[in-house]
Amino acid sequence: MKPKVAFFDFTGCEGCQLDALNLEAEDLIDLLNGIDIVNFREVMTEKADNYDIAFVEGSITTEGEIERVKKIREQAKIVVALGACACIGGINCLKNHVPMEEALRIVYGKDAHYYNTIPARPADAVIKVDYYVRGCPPATSELVKVIKALLLNKKPDIPNYPVCVECKMAGNICVYEKGQTCLGPVIRAGCNAVCINSGRYCWGCRGLVDEPNIESQKDILTKYGLTAEQVIEKFKIYDTCSEVLK
Amino acid sequence: MTQVNINVHHLTRVEGHGNIVLNVKEGKIEELKWIVTESPRFFEVMMRDRHYEDVNHIASRICGICSISHSTVSLQATEKAFGVKPSEQTILLRKLLFNAELMESHILHVMFLAAPDFSVVGSVFPLINTHKDIVVMSLRLKRLAYNLAEALAGRKTHPLSCIVGGFAKLPQPAELEALRKRLEEAFIDLDAIVDLFKTLKIPDFKRETEYIALKDESEYAFIRGQIASSDTGLTPVENYLKVTNEFCVPQSTAKYTKNARDSYMVGALARFNINHNKLLTRAKAAAADLGLIAPNHNPFMITVAQLVEVIHSVEHSIQIIDRLLDKGLKDEPNTVNPKRGRGISAVEAPRGILFHDYTYGESGILKEANCVIPTNQNHNNIQKDFEALVPLILCQPEDEIRQTLEMLVRAYDPCISCSTHMLRIDFK
Repeated sequence: MKPKVAFFDFTGCEGCQLDALNLEAEDLIDLLNGIDIVNFREVMTEKADNYDIAFVEGSITTEGEIERVKKIREQAKIVVALGACACIGGINCLKNHVPMEEALRIVYGKDAHYYNTIPARPADAVIKVDYYVRGCPPATSELVKVIKALLLNKKPDIPNYPVCVECKMAGNICVYEKGQTCLGPVIRAGCNAVCINSGRYCWGCRGLVDEPNIESQKDILTKYGLTAEQVIEKFKIYDTCSEVLK
Repeated sequence: MTQVNINVHHLTRVEGHGNIVLNVKEGKIEELKWIVTESPRFFEVMMRDRHYEDVNHIASRICGICSISHSTVSLQATEKAFGVKPSEQTILLRKLLFNAELMESHILHVMFLAAPDFSVVGSVFPLINTHKDIVVMSLRLKRLAYNLAEALAGRKTHPLSCIVGGFAKLPQPAELEALRKRLEEAFIDLDAIVDLFKTLKIPDFKRETEYIALKDESEYAFIRGQIASSDTGLTPVENYLKVTNEFCVPQSTAKYTKNARDSYMVGALARFNINHNKLLTRAKAAAADLGLIAPNHNPFMITVAQLVEVIHSVEHSIQIIDRLLDKGLKDEPNTVNPKRGRGISAVEAPRGILFHDYTYGESGILKEANCVIPTNQNHNNIQKDFEALVPLILCQPEDEIRQTLEMLVRAYDPCISCSTHMLRIDFK
């Protein structure tokens, strides 16, 4: 029996799900030989309430979404958080820095009463999550790796070392040397430092490594004449950094 | 049907969440609504107080499909606020990047989201068995678009290298040459898809509406130009609020818009109706082949217009690559001096005209943002199409009515997860 796999979307841009289809034709067909996709609203009409593995994408931002994700947890044997919003709260958490009534008023004005919303949170603030496919968006290769591991009943092998390791291997000049700041020293690798390879810096979308070396991050900031306060705003974006830069 | 009870909760094969409700009692329509239920996302709040370097990074995440459009319009709005003029090379690279996004987004919609309706299947997955060649072709075109975007911006979904004033990293000439070859080969796949579309029966329905798209005298406009309306002519982008006239409705978390009539349409068909004479050779021929003649008032033809635009974007990409290779890619100096002030930009995202309007305070910190998203401009038009279409098909069985209404919404290729952020902001 092929395992039944379902994809569910909560609040987010749905880019993670769409990138899941970014495969070579042969690889997609191979993958579909190994799993039975029973629920994927964005690309299919059929839906089933019977599934083994549930991928949940997006942050939880309404009371209705809390109920929905709890039902998915009851139904699925394995729940995988897909993407930064589901794994760590992600970009939607930026609105949490503004009081909710104010945010509603700013955006909807006098019509604010039409809308309901709660502070954004990751999936594991509401339910138990078994595995995480990190990134904004995750690399399609990592998603496939996780699915393959689950098919083999193995724990997916996700790096627990910082982005700096992969960045060095990619041969990049440290962005601190270019006068920019970067969260690479404390953020979990696995992205092959794609942002730095593309001429940018790490915003922290994959979340912290399990035991981030916060003292070392502070040393780096000191070395380059920066304070935590100076860079904290910059790294609020994925809600990963407040802890590090305290 | 004298009694109809249709309630489509969270329509499938669209991006984001929307419902269709139709209730008919004794042959009379009691309720007929297109309802947007996406959770509000508050992007304008999220971008507020951010440094300009991070604004397009956040804006890109409004939408996973059209992140390049949001990122680029964001950069252009910031550049206008600061008085930064991008170089010719930057503009060419941005146009090429736009073509990559349009190809990917349109192929996804035409072949994976809309096409299953014509075979009366629920998704593309069964088509892998019945129409494997076509599915493989479509995936190949999508991969080409992804790879083109990767060469230019590091990746397609949430692009990286595009920054205020230019590009943080340039593609290698060899990469562009290899992509050019694949773009030439893409015409073979596209010809086959056009042949397939010639055999499909597009529902026959017409409702003339107002069509709005960006217009540029020199080419089929995507990143520059003025707002053009089929009813009211040209309006400078800076005056976009006079065209969009947003309003809130209780049935929707997205705001609605209207200009000269009750509603207007944006997107591929609106662009085609406004800019058809700027299409390149092969695209023009494909339009004629597919029976797409301007002005066209059938919203089901949006899908056909998208296919025509894919062909245009492949031709245009080849032209741009030739020009870039001919001139040689150069690292250009990029100095940005943030200034207080307002900048407004419009681009044509795959689903239609998209506006970002920014006001910056001191030190390059964003103080106010307003984003008007294409899908929100179409919601009202979808509702008006429903009202015109349903009386014509009420004699059909309930299942067929439901399917036709779903097909109509899907034809618009709604990107609802963006749509809720088309929200007016007043920081008082």
